[in-house]
Amino acid sequence: MAEEVKVFGAWGSPFSRRVELALQLKGVQYEYIEEDVHKNKSPLLLKYNPVHKKVPVLLHNGKPIAESLVILEYIEETWKGNPILPEDPYDRAMARFWAKFIDEKCLPAIWKAGWSPESEREKPVEEACECLKTLESALGGKRFFGGDKVGMVDIAANFIGYWLRLIQEVTGMELLSAEKFPELFKWTDEFVSCSVVKGSLPPRDKLLAFFKARIAETMD
Amino acid sequence: MADELVLLDFWPSPFGMRVRIALAEKGIKHEYREEDLRNKSALLLQMNPVHKKIPVLIHNGKPVCESLIQVQYIDEVWHDQAPLLPSDPYQRAIARFWADFVDKKIYELGRKIWTTKGEEQEAGKKEFIECLKLLEGELGDKPYFGGENLGYVDVVLVPFYSWFLAYEKCGNFSIEAECPKLIAWAKRCLQKESVSKSLPDQEKVYGFVLQLKKIFGIE
Repeated sequence: MAEEVKVFGAWGSPFSRRVELALQLKGVQYEYIEEDVHKNKSPLLLKYNPVHKKVPVLLHNGKPIAESLVILEYIEETWKGNPILPEDPYDRAMARFWAKFIDEKCLPAIWKAGWSPESEREKPVEEACECLKTLESALGGKRFFGGDKVGMVDIAANFIGYWLRLIQEVTGMELLSAEKFPELFKWTDEFVSCSVVKGSLPPRDKLLAFFKARIAETMD
Repeated sequence: MADELVLLDFWPSPFGMRVRIALAEKGIKHEYREEDLRNKSALLLQMNPVHKKIPVLIHNGKPVCESLIQVQYIDEVWHDQAPLLPSDPYQRAIARFWADFVDKKIYELGRKIWTTKGEEQEAGKKEFIECLKLLEGELGDKPYFGGENLGYVDVVLVPFYSWFLAYEKCGNFSIEAECPKLIAWAKRCLQKESVSKSLPDQEKVYGFVLQLKKIFGIE
């Protein structure tokens, strides 16, 4: 039976792009369905993710899976080529730890810092910097979090690798710089230069315009 | 070489209970060390510098942190005894989804119930019951979330049962009245030694919560 793989996503969402990146890394063909998550979620999305009603959702031969990190684990177990997790259980536990750290600590801290008005930025930026410092220690001199190749932690850190630099451009906030976090900064360059990663990123101009519009909205 | 396993834990922690159950299910010998969270040991701070929290599982000197990660690690290393995650990738994804759901919702909502009052507490209670009902739906007619045997989601969720009396007393409601199937499931789990030996008594947890309320000045 021909395999049917579909991804319900949103063009600007780092979570949905994680899923696409993993599938592309493993050479899995899939159909992409764009969801209007702000104004008009499709009945199919609500059917396949009734609990959270969010993107991304992976549909494999009619069976839905939600939550990007859960989807990444499924992709890893289903398509064995180009593994994104190490084989050793301890190393796997460490990779899961850092992916979770990114989702539960880094992303909320960065998001908060990015959208705080300039006058209230100091503390959120400090907290976000603490997160980045800790994350940088996880790199430990490697080219990628996954070692020589992009792995699950790199995929989970896609927001830091690409979205963050654009947010900094638009808000004038400085969080991740070559001076403050040389290793992590270098990793962002390595990450976006990867040919497979490049193909999985939303267009720069479109994302910049989206962020600028968002800022304008919050100022009103 | 014999495996050396140390669990840094705190008796009322539902996250610690998850690890206790997983270790007991697989009959894994380990040393249990109680931490005083107001006076964290040097070992805890050294082994979990990022979060400084329990539980921490130290396996041959190497620390694993975060309870869901610890349970998966235990399942992978001691894969021959009492498997907790199913073998089919799709079933594993479903299990991980619900474990993630429990983590995102149950602890915070429970906390809301015992730390707030009035409208905020009512909202917490309502959402808490809604989440439990969703879990009941996922359980269906199965004896356990894992099917015929205790599985990953059972291990992740059942520790919160030890906090139910505290939630009920603080929130002035009955969880059993709203979610009888879930209570029946919890009692079924408690018939297993791995669970009954890992969960503290509900009255003991309630006493602990009352103490916390006093310390934090919550009425």
